[in-house]
Amino acid sequence: MNIKILGSGCRKCQALTHNVETAANDAGIDVCIEKLTDITDIARYGVMSTPGLVVNDKVVSTGKVLSVTQITEHLRSFSPEPDVNYSG
Amino acid sequence: MSDFFVWLNDQFLRMQWLSDLVTVIVRDGFGLDTNNQIGGSIHFFIYDVAKIFILLSVLIFSISYVQSYFPPERTRRILGQRQGFTANAIAALLGTITPFCSCSSIPLFIGFTSAGLPLAVTFSFLISSPLVDLASVILLASIFSWSIALAYVVIGLALAVLGGTLIGNLKMDNQVETFVFQSPLSDYDDDGIISRRERLAYARDQLIEIVHRIWIYILIGVGIGSAIHNWIPENIIAAWLGQDKWWSVLVATLAGIPMYADIFGTLPIAEALVAKNVGLGTALAFMMAVTALSLPAMIMLKRVVKIPLLLVFIGIVTTGIILIGFIFNSTAHWFS
Repeated sequence: MNIKILGSGCRKCQALTHNVETAANDAGIDVCIEKLTDITDIARYGVMSTPGLVVNDKVVSTGKVLSVTQITEHLRSFSPEPDVNYSG
Repeated sequence: MSDFFVWLNDQFLRMQWLSDLVTVIVRDGFGLDTNNQIGGSIHFFIYDVAKIFILLSVLIFSISYVQSYFPPERTRRILGQRQGFTANAIAALLGTITPFCSCSSIPLFIGFTSAGLPLAVTFSFLISSPLVDLASVILLASIFSWSIALAYVVIGLALAVLGGTLIGNLKMDNQVETFVFQSPLSDYDDDGIISRRERLAYARDQLIEIVHRIWIYILIGVGIGSAIHNWIPENIIAAWLGQDKWWSVLVATLAGIPMYADIFGTLPIAEALVAKNVGLGTALAFMMAVTALSLPAMIMLKRVVKIPLLLVFIGIVTTGIILIGFIFNSTAHWFS
């Protein structure tokens, strides 16, 4: 799963990054986190207030630091469904 | 009845009780007389810092709560529905309640322009955003008076609307970097509808973030204000910024432009200057120059607009500030 954190590096961006790392670790989801600080990159996603959270190239939130719980929900919604084996 | 309002103003905004408390602290805790230079400086410093932080906390929290109803996406949609003068006026008004961070003004500019909002509207927003700020208006009221604070709001908004309109009329759309127009609009939009708990969390986070960012500017600002109040001789201040000097507004404005400080940090300086007989307009011009135009903001703006438009923007805002300074200086006697 590809995660991008958009922001110029202020405190909120760092807090969001930290929460994303925690959420991914706790949920056991493999993520690749990129931090985009350049304005042109941020503009490319149409994000108007930082920090922006982008998962698999889809903007998931802007302007706020999501809690670990909220992030976990988003991560789960992007995870592929686990295979279920029916027996019998 | 008006006595009651005066009392209300004195206790909640001027915090007379705080001043008295600090006097006691300085007198009994430090053993200094507040009437002499050192005692007076310490009193000024502690009282001003405490007053600003208390007011600031209450104001930022409440205003951030209001802001949570107007995320940029919703602001953009509201502005897209209007045209002409109304759009400019609404842009200027919305600019006053935008989040306090200047780091988001550029992404906002890009977002507005790529959605097709005219330059005039976007610039009205950009001008009013750092200049007129609900929290600083209330602080202005606490330091000077409500009539001055209201006049500042009206004139600041007028500058934003006229400045934006003027830029629009100059038809400088080709001066905006091309990538801005090509930026996509994200389809993320919660329309400002979130739970009460989320709003409170947002307000709290904004408060922490902003205090974290500006506390140093407040201390420096109060420090300078204190030096002006108690240490710098009046004749030096009068030589540069005195009321009888026609160049005072220019000096104040030009000195303020390259500087960067949070508006809360400039308020104690403006307060101290006025106490030293500097014209009200001169002090306000300094405040406006520091907040509306700053080197960091200009550097960021240069990434999205080309030099001619950038210069026009700086020129219009500077001229406006100087005019406002002169106006306030000549009408100051109406307010006292």
